[in-house]
Amino acid sequence: MNNKFRNNRKLYIGALITGMMLFLSVIGLLFTPYDPNEMDSSAKLAGISLSHIMGCDNFGRDVFSRILAGLGTTMTVAVGTVFIGIVLGTVVGAYTGYYGGRLDEILMRFNDAVLAFPALLLALVLISVMGPGKYNIMVALGILFAPGYARIIRGEFLRCKNLDYVQSARLMGASDMRIMFVHILPNTFNVMLSTIAIGFNNAVLAEAGMSFLGIGVQPPDSSLGRMLAEAQSYLFLRPGYAVCTGITIVLLIIGFSMLSEGLENNA
Amino acid sequence: MLDVIDLNIEFHDHITPETVVYDFDLHLEEGEIVGIVGESGSGKSMSALAIAGLLSRKHMKKRGQILFDGVDLLSCSRETLRKYQGNDISMVFQEPMTSLNPVKKIGWQVGESLRLHTSLNEDEIRGKVLKMLKEVELPDPEAVFDKYPHELSGGMRQRVMIAAALICAPKILIADEPTTALDVTVQAQIISLLKRINKETGTAILFISHDLSVIKKLCGRVLVMYQGRIVESGDVNEVFSNPAKEYTKKLIKAIPKMEKLTLA
Repeated sequence: MNNKFRNNRKLYIGALITGMMLFLSVIGLLFTPYDPNEMDSSAKLAGISLSHIMGCDNFGRDVFSRILAGLGTTMTVAVGTVFIGIVLGTVVGAYTGYYGGRLDEILMRFNDAVLAFPALLLALVLISVMGPGKYNIMVALGILFAPGYARIIRGEFLRCKNLDYVQSARLMGASDMRIMFVHILPNTFNVMLSTIAIGFNNAVLAEAGMSFLGIGVQPPDSSLGRMLAEAQSYLFLRPGYAVCTGITIVLLIIGFSMLSEGLENNA
Repeated sequence: MLDVIDLNIEFHDHITPETVVYDFDLHLEEGEIVGIVGESGSGKSMSALAIAGLLSRKHMKKRGQILFDGVDLLSCSRETLRKYQGNDISMVFQEPMTSLNPVKKIGWQVGESLRLHTSLNEDEIRGKVLKMLKEVELPDPEAVFDKYPHELSGGMRQRVMIAAALICAPKILIADEPTTALDVTVQAQIISLLKRINKETGTAILFISHDLSVIKKLCGRVLVMYQGRIVESGDVNEVFSNPAKEYTKKLIKAIPKMEKLTLA
């Protein structure tokens, strides 16, 4: 067991990168070198220097401070999205997997219908109905991610529900609810864990994509996607702005996907 | 205490319904050990699962009655059934490797019945569980309490299962081939354990096996099943010394005997 962990390089590197990014985003909540929204007209599009280690943007705002703050926003949206998705998915998946029958068929076909849409497009529709903003993105993306989780959890419940220990719990007189959430659910955690890690990955990408298109996080709040959108106008003038923001997103994604793969190998 | 009258079990999950148990009758007194013996597919496990109330109510049709202290377990509400399950009727399965939840600690699993049927607090449950683990002759109950199933051997797991089944002092213990997956020495230990528990607590045991020698060692009465029907029943010694049916004779002949092997 211990050896398996030690030999799992992906898990290690993934955990390291993710841990670093999480650390940075927590720091960003508590402290940033400059106020991320403070404009300094004398430092407009300033290059990389000791006082601004990643330079400044077109309004003279410190890019490093904005990345720290944006990381926090992005992480918050990712956590909220995955949380909403996993709770909805678990309830639907547990119910359909455990009971089966007609409701299972109906819910799963509904599931298929949601899955058939391109996720980002459906998110655009939902956002255009609910209006843009940090919390609306969480809800929209959470609803979109739920069917995928539901399907995975349903499969696990189908696998577990006829095993001897579930029968034995039933024989002890445990109610269906107790069997579902106390006896079976903990057995799905290993599968759930890697799904959650890859879910973070997708959530970060989706949030960045939507903010890039201007329907996600609204100014003056910073988010990695928004910053990338702003940076593209100055790509040739100050490539550092776009590169720094881009690398942050890339690191986040690599961290999460390696973590997910590592967890999968370990399960 | 337990009366099974004319139990018929029919599967309805295929296109054509299929009957697997015909006219099963059983009477079980308090403190009695009754064996059911038969080959694979003879319906012995199905009858046991029906008594335990574990058969799906949707996909199977059951006729007849299973009366426990006068209450018909086949037609009572789920809540009533659940009240009996674990508290009055419990069961030990064949495969000790899969019958424990891999992600829960032993102590928690053994105490689950108490949690469901009594209002004891966690400390009291812990005390009872430790006592029960000692009762089933597990070495170092304190250590076993905090272990996970994968840390125990097959024989130890089966002891844990027996402890979990007996923690509420049930009136009936259904043992569905509890020794089949174990090696012979452990088998003998489990059987003497069951015998001792039966004597001390008066729990009636319905023991299912395809191994006649095990039945002979443990049970007072035996039912022989073949193709879904009871073909012979009676006192163990009577059946063994004077089998009435051809099938029973064949079964008895199939018991391996200690013989000296001569190398050709």
